[in-house]
Amino acid sequence: MTETSFDDLNDAQDADGVVDIADVMQKMAEHKGCGTSSDGGKASCGSSAGPADMPAEIWEKVKNHPCYSEEAHHHYARMHVAVAPACNIQCNYCNRKYDCANESRPGVVSERLTPEQASKKVLAVASTIPQMTVLGIAGPGDPLANPAKTFETFRLISEVAPDIKLCLSTNGLALPDWVDEIAKYKVDHVTITINMVDPEIGQHIYPWVFWENKRLQGYEAAKILTERQLLGLEMLTERGILAKINSVMIPGINDKHLVEVNKAVKSRGAFLHNIMPLISAPEHGTVFGLNGQRGPTAQELKALQDECEGDMNMMRHCRQCRADAVGLLGEDRSEEFTTDKIMAMEVEYDAEGRKAYQQAVEAERQAKVAAKASELDGLEAAGDIKMLVAVATKGHGVINEHFGHAKEFQIYELSSGGAKFVGHRRVDLYCQGGYGEDEGLETIIRAINDCHAVFVAKIGGCPKADLTKAGIEPVDAYAHEYIEQSALVWFKDYLAKVASGELVHEARGDAAIRQGALLQKAG
Amino acid sequence: MPFKIVASQCTNCTACEALCPNQAISEAGNTFVIDPALCTECIGHFDDPQCVAICPVDDTCVIDRSLPRYAP
Repeated sequence: MTETSFDDLNDAQDADGVVDIADVMQKMAEHKGCGTSSDGGKASCGSSAGPADMPAEIWEKVKNHPCYSEEAHHHYARMHVAVAPACNIQCNYCNRKYDCANESRPGVVSERLTPEQASKKVLAVASTIPQMTVLGIAGPGDPLANPAKTFETFRLISEVAPDIKLCLSTNGLALPDWVDEIAKYKVDHVTITINMVDPEIGQHIYPWVFWENKRLQGYEAAKILTERQLLGLEMLTERGILAKINSVMIPGINDKHLVEVNKAVKSRGAFLHNIMPLISAPEHGTVFGLNGQRGPTAQELKALQDECEGDMNMMRHCRQCRADAVGLLGEDRSEEFTTDKIMAMEVEYDAEGRKAYQQAVEAERQAKVAAKASELDGLEAAGDIKMLVAVATKGHGVINEHFGHAKEFQIYELSSGGAKFVGHRRVDLYCQGGYGEDEGLETIIRAINDCHAVFVAKIGGCPKADLTKAGIEPVDAYAHEYIEQSALVWFKDYLAKVASGELVHEARGDAAIRQGALLQKAG
Repeated sequence: MPFKIVASQCTNCTACEALCPNQAISEAGNTFVIDPALCTECIGHFDDPQCVAICPVDDTCVIDRSLPRYAP
């Protein structure tokens, strides 16, 4: 075990330095990453937990990590470097000839970087975006099918920018072989994509895996894959490396089974479970796209996430971003940092400047938490009323985006328990080309059709009227104010109107998870 | 007959390069190529030709029928 500060894990280590895996698993499971809240509910750092909800050493690891902390994702940015093009398995939702739509592995369309280019790129981005705190390697293939390039990149970056957290995302097939190397480079966050724990189901997701110099197919392939994934997860847990599990929800294939997956990964110490919708369309050229396999609706996805949340932390803010994405989740500034541009940049790594900037972000974050807490009183009037609202934001936890400029809407659930982030919906730019304005607006309405209101910094007269007609109240009274605080103030006002008989509360319908928006850059 | 790579299908993923037991595969412009003088069809090394087994696009690493068979 290297560089772990987990007291609990040290407790599980006997005098010979041998770790009792069962003990570690138990302790990690008890943590659930975040401890439990006082009302007997489960942990929730995938959604919005703060330092009070989890052990200090885990908070230290996740507090600046946009992918591991929903709270952090409003403030901190990540970047991926595409140094790992080779893959050792085939998934039915991925077509490497064009792109992997689900995990946004850019395959042939984006630049492949050498470790040296990647290191330069990280410095350039870190100098331009001081809130960039995390560097991930996520492909476009599998990082551990390209171990030399992956670990050389980590080595170079840890030399020049030691404050940047390193993470990687893998299918898990090669993971057990590389866990010690992962620990050596102080990679303290690993994501494993686990779509099944039953090879009978796995054979419908994975046509083949490359194992011991052979291409295995069907049941045999899926059996090896699941064994290796779970072994790798256990080995990470033994070493105190935080593991997030990604699962792609494929209706009719693994949707119900993901509850079993959730139990299997929780019992092995996974910190966070991220269930993502299948992105599937014929133009992706994937097996699922071509055979008409559909993705889940927003309601189906949320129901499954809610069901699993009874057991462990669920991540709801995943943007299924590309293997070369740069910026806050939900934004992609990779175009500013192409190889030509970064090689021409003179960069100086300003560690002190970055630290100062991040301290300012921390202060801003705390102000936001305080503002939210100030509106928690008086919510008991909600009774059983629960509703969703959509928010246009550019980050920082503030309602600061114009309706027509929003590339996505963040979704909050309002109830007697407060305001809870439950997801996001990507939409095509309503103001920009490609679609007629009416068609763009219809797309947005379909994407947020399950919401009672949409909070924006500004909105034009026409869309305002159309939204109202669709039963979604446009709210621009809280421009540039904190999201959760504003939503709760509005919610209490809504409840007062329901109480006085001015309004009748009605449930909303389902919403569509947009399949096209992720393709914006893939062509 | 050695293997060849169909350039229009190759995604440049590099996976085959590292697996080739003969170092017969290298990058050439926008594709990877197999040196027919070095390719042994993996005979004597592995049961399956490695480039075929790992390639993410079907029918991309194929036998080059314009050349004589590899003779061990």
